Parts: sequence; C-alpha cells; structure tokens
Amino acid sequence: MLAVDVEKRLGEFSIAARFETASGVTAVFGPSGAGKTTLVNMIAGLVTPDRGRITLGDTALFDSEQRINLPAWRRRIGYVFQEGRLFPHLKVAANLDYGRRMSGLPPDAAETQRIVDLLDIGQLGDRRPGKLSGGERQRVAIGRALLMRPRLLLLDEPLASLDVARKREILPYLERLRDESAVPMVYVSHQANELRRIATSVVLLEAGRVTAAGGKDLLERAEAILV
Amino acid sequence: MLDLTPDEWIAIRLSLRIAIVATVVALPFGIAVAWLLARKNFWGKTLLDGVIHLPLVLPPVVTGYLLLISFGRRGPIGAFLYDWFGIVFSFRWTGAALACGVMGFPLLVRPIRLAIEAIDRRLEDAAATLGADRARVFLTVTLPLALPGLIAGFVLCFAKALGEFGATITFVSNIPGETQTLSAAIYTLTQIPGGDAAAARLVVVAIVISLVALVLSEWLARRAGMRFHGE
Repeated sequence: MLAVDVEKRLGEFSIAARFETASGVTAVFGPSGAGKTTLVNMIAGLVTPDRGRITLGDTALFDSEQRINLPAWRRRIGYVFQEGRLFPHLKVAANLDYGRRMSGLPPDAAETQRIVDLLDIGQLGDRRPGKLSGGERQRVAIGRALLMRPRLLLLDEPLASLDVARKREILPYLERLRDESAVPMVYVSHQANELRRIATSVVLLEAGRVTAAGGKDLLERAEAILV
Repeated sequence: MLDLTPDEWIAIRLSLRIAIVATVVALPFGIAVAWLLARKNFWGKTLLDGVIHLPLVLPPVVTGYLLLISFGRRGPIGAFLYDWFGIVFSFRWTGAALACGVMGFPLLVRPIRLAIEAIDRRLEDAAATLGADRARVFLTVTLPLALPGLIAGFVLCFAKALGEFGATITFVSNIPGETQTLSAAIYTLTQIPGGDAAAARLVVVAIVISLVALVLSEWLARRAGMRFHGE
C-alpha cells in the first residue's frame, strides 16, 4: 500500500527509514526524538527527503531518481496533527468542509453525516475552534481530514495534548474509524498502551532508523527495550 | 451648526476622494510587499525595506520634490506614463493621491507585515495537506488571519493620506477644486485676513472625519479579533 524508503539529514540527526504498510492501522512507534514526525511530514509532503522514494498504491509521491515530488496539496493524504491545527477564523462546519472544497470534490451530505455521526461532532458545527474542548478539537480535526476523502490518513500523536480522561474519550472513536472506514492509517505515537488498542501492525523507529517491523506483539518487545 | 460654503465642501470631498483612492490603490501593493518582507529572503531586502520607510523619515517636502522630478510631465517616469498611457500626475488630483499613497505606504505595510509574521505557519501546512495550493492557502488562511493587521494598516494609511500636506503641496501645488485638500485649504485660509472662521469650520470637519475613521477601525478590528476567540 504505502512504501517508504527515504533519507534525510537534519544537522547532526539523520533519518534513513524503510518500511511498507498494508491496510489497517500501521503504528510508527518509537521514543521522542526518533524522527517520527519528520517521517510522517515526508509522507505528507511537508518535508522533502534528500533521497529515496515514497509510493502510495501505484502513485509515486516522491522519487529522487525520477525527480518526482508531488506537492502536499496534490497528495490527498489526510493529516491529523498533535495540536489539531483547526483554522481559528472558521467555524467547525467550515473547517470540516475545507478539505472537500479545496480538493474540488462535490458536496456529499450522506458522507458528511456519516463522519459527523461517527465522531459525534454534529452539535459543534456553529462554534469556533477556540470554544472547543481539547477532545472535541481533535475529533473535529479527524473529521476534517477524513472529509477530504484521503487515500491515507496520518495521525501524529493525536492524543498527546490530551489528559487521560480525554484520551479515553477519543480512543473508541479511533477504533470505530479503523473498523468502519476503508482508509489505511499511519499512527505515530510513543505510547504503547494507546497503540495496543488501535494498531494492526507496528514499525519501530529508533534514532531515525527502522529497527523492526511486524505485528502487535512487537509492542511488548519494543516497550521492554525502550524503557 | 457648521454652515459650509460650496468651496469648503469641494475641498472636503476632494480630500476624502484622494485619501480613499490612495489607500485602496496602495492596499494590494502593500499586501504584496508585506508578504515579501515577512516571508521571503532575497537580495536587496534591506534596501527595499529602507526605501519603503524613507517617506516616514524624510522631510515631506523632499518626498514631494522627488515625486515632482520623477513623476512630473518631464520626469522620466512621468514622461513615460504620459507618452504611453496618457496618464498625468502633475497638478492633478491623481498626483495628490500618488503623493498621499507614497507617504502612507510605510504605515500600511508595517502592521500587515507584523500580522503575517505572527501567523502560525503550521496552519498553512495543514491547509496544504487538505488540498489547497499556495494561492488558495494565502487567500483562505493567511489573508483572513492577517485581517486585524490589514485593518490597522488601512486606517493608518488613510489617516496619513487625509492629513498629508508637505509632499502633496510640493508635488501638485494648491489648486482649489483640483489639488487643494482639506489641509491645504486650512493652511490657505489661515494665510488670508478674515479666514479664521472658515479655517475653524474645516478644522472641526477634519476632527470629525478622523474620529469617525478611528472609531470605525476600532470596531472593525474588534470584530475581526473576536472571530478568532470564538465569539
């Protein structure tokens, strides 16, 4: 599905990562500073790798040899950021609709309703992001990314800015998302307990290198190594 | 009450027209320059920044003189514009608008630049992942978020244009009905015997216009700011 083989140097730190994902939720697991965010930014097109290749299905998103570098806005990859990044000047409904409008997709009331119900954000449409709780904000951010009909959904520590109670509030939605939508996901986190509930496969990233890839059982081993 | 003569009304209308035209025409240039200065690094950036701020520190008469020798009918730019487009600035109200626009430009650019610099660029990244190309990111995220700065810059430029005197009178002189603005009319009235009452009337008008513009901008800025805080 998604195949990544990239190199990127950032001062002293370097990333040289290679992995492939299937459908379902691929966890990118590793300690803080392992380069997880830079890695997903390269997949999204926000950071350009020095060398390598990124393909999604049969589309080359980046290929240094063939000089392909699809800009972020043409990749159709949904991205849920750690801090939500909702547009403060737009109401929730306009935030949700933004990706669809910018991607030039026709309005689809049924699909919008499905996502809104899935995330339980129907009553928030008229509010501004500044008036939402942390949990609501992240649910809207997930909805916004899904409504652009992405071919892949990236989630970069989507629960990291939330307290324990809010995390418990969001996790069931993410599980429903995994079970009910066909969009493959790459889920970045350094919290093994979070990933244990949501991941279907695991990529372990340490100091910019992929040190292991496999099933969920990897989490137990990885946690033991990391702690 | 104020009982304004037709001549005084002409000066007031002319002033408003010059200030509005100067500010509206300067605005797109101001946004472009502010964006360049806020976001881009290029050769001569410091020079551009300096040239834009020059009218703020130069004596207005000097700015007016420079406009006269470059945009006058025999000036290099003025001659070109006349020969090719039939545009004349010297001794016309359009010249007054040009002088006012140049004088107000640094005041227009600065708040917009600061507003653009204050924008969280990660929001622009988010917009890009949602399918917005660079032009649309600018129009749907950058510009709306810079709106308070845009309003502030617009009002400062308008106020400067409305009160501009030195550069305007040097460049396009003081012709009633063509280039005699409110400020120039007040100045003229104070120079002639018995003009005090008329000057006082125009002074009151100038104060009223300025206050209305100030209150209006305050109100607009608050509305724009409120949107970000979820009211």
